[in-house]
Amino acid sequence: MDWSFMLSTFVSLVGAMPLTLQLAATSIFFGVLLALALALLRLSGVPALAWFARGYVFVFRGTPLLVQIFLIYYGLSQSPAVRHSLLWPILREPYWCAVIALTLNTAAYASEIIRGGLLSVPNGQVEAARACGMTRLMIFRRIVLPLAIRQALPGYGNEMISMVKATSLASIITLMEVTGVAAKIISETYRAIEVFIVAGLIYLTINFLLTRFVHVVEHLLSPHLRAPRLAAPVQGEAK
Amino acid sequence: MNAPLNPTMPLALRVSDLHKRFGAAEVLKGISLTAHEGEVVSILGSSGSGKSTLLRCINLLEVPDSGEVTVGAETIRMQRTRDGNSRPADQAQVERVRSRLGMVFQSFNLWSHKTILENVIEAPIHVHKRTRNECIEEAEALLAKVGIAEKRNHYPSHLSGGQQQRAAIARALAMRPQVMLFDEPTSALDPELVGEVLRVMRGLAEEGRTMLVVTHEMGFARDVSSRVIFLHKGLIEEEGAPEHVFTNSGSERFKQFIKG
Repeated sequence: MDWSFMLSTFVSLVGAMPLTLQLAATSIFFGVLLALALALLRLSGVPALAWFARGYVFVFRGTPLLVQIFLIYYGLSQSPAVRHSLLWPILREPYWCAVIALTLNTAAYASEIIRGGLLSVPNGQVEAARACGMTRLMIFRRIVLPLAIRQALPGYGNEMISMVKATSLASIITLMEVTGVAAKIISETYRAIEVFIVAGLIYLTINFLLTRFVHVVEHLLSPHLRAPRLAAPVQGEAK
Repeated sequence: MNAPLNPTMPLALRVSDLHKRFGAAEVLKGISLTAHEGEVVSILGSSGSGKSTLLRCINLLEVPDSGEVTVGAETIRMQRTRDGNSRPADQAQVERVRSRLGMVFQSFNLWSHKTILENVIEAPIHVHKRTRNECIEEAEALLAKVGIAEKRNHYPSHLSGGQQQRAAIARALAMRPQVMLFDEPTSALDPELVGEVLRVMRGLAEEGRTMLVVTHEMGFARDVSSRVIFLHKGLIEEEGAPEHVFTNSGSERFKQFIKG
């Protein structure tokens, strides 16, 4: 192993990490909002809205993210209407095209995770809230959503990890995030193994920290699922 | 000691000619009842007689097909949808009336992500918009009254069934309800835990609270209520003061029922 080469590669790739993190964070942020909206449409009980959400999930979950990125980046610019629209300054930027594709894609998966969480809320707890005279919005905000989030978090953690890895596809529309920079170094040096090992380690580190973060949040949100803390340590059991 | 019959007191609750069907099954076939302030009305009946549905129609957890519910002076306004179904005309009115009715469920239904204290202060703060400190003070008094003050910071899953039900009673009382509705409050409890919940309910009856209690506890119905209503197949089969109906009811079905 050429350690000095690996170190210099590492330094270059770490320099690209902010873009990877920014892509992931932005699309996860917009994605979860869109996902919540889709889950609510799906559960709205209004057939037209529910079918729209079903169709959305079907399309975006059933086609490759790579294809979605291409269609948004290359496909939209074919249309003169798009090129002359107010959105063109955004849609001509590869960064925003990648964010849009990632957002639309993660929203499809996350909406199903959130829907599962919402459905897991025991009906009795909702009835208790109704019986107290709470409004629907209040019940959703104070009872249903907190319980659903706790239920959905483990599955949603998986989805966030997928998104961090999916940002690597943005490299094919010229974005120099970690994988983009790695590909450039390889084309200059032909040393694919070392470069990809370093790139892999960087993704592994990001996802390790992300996993820990999700775990901590899960712990903080679930005191009701743990045994109660004893007021005083039990005497006489210590060796 | 039985709670008194109070025909001179104002009406706390009036239900008239309530009908409810689920699909082909007509569960309530025209039920009328009243409760004056301070009365305890026990609703008895075998399973499927419609007694839980009756209670759930009073606070509109089930929407009755026809009939009227009046709490205090306020009658819940209903309207017909185009397909002929019944529904409340004004959701805000329903919420207002509900906030004056305290409901205790068979399966407790405490909010599992909130501590016992948080469960009790939730609705007073957010529905009645009272100040947090005032609510906490009152909640602590209520928890002491039902005997679980030391559990205030525990979560529901850490409590026994009897403790959870007492917490649920405290939660309902925190709304300062005009009428308390109990839906088989001891049916989900282990036999040794039934007593602690019934003691709390007896205490409330002695305070003069207006209560509607769907129950299988004959002892409670006989010793505590001012009036007993026996439902059979969606109709009131027998009704009267407990000392009267338990000793010389004219209904063969009721006699059969209390024999067990």
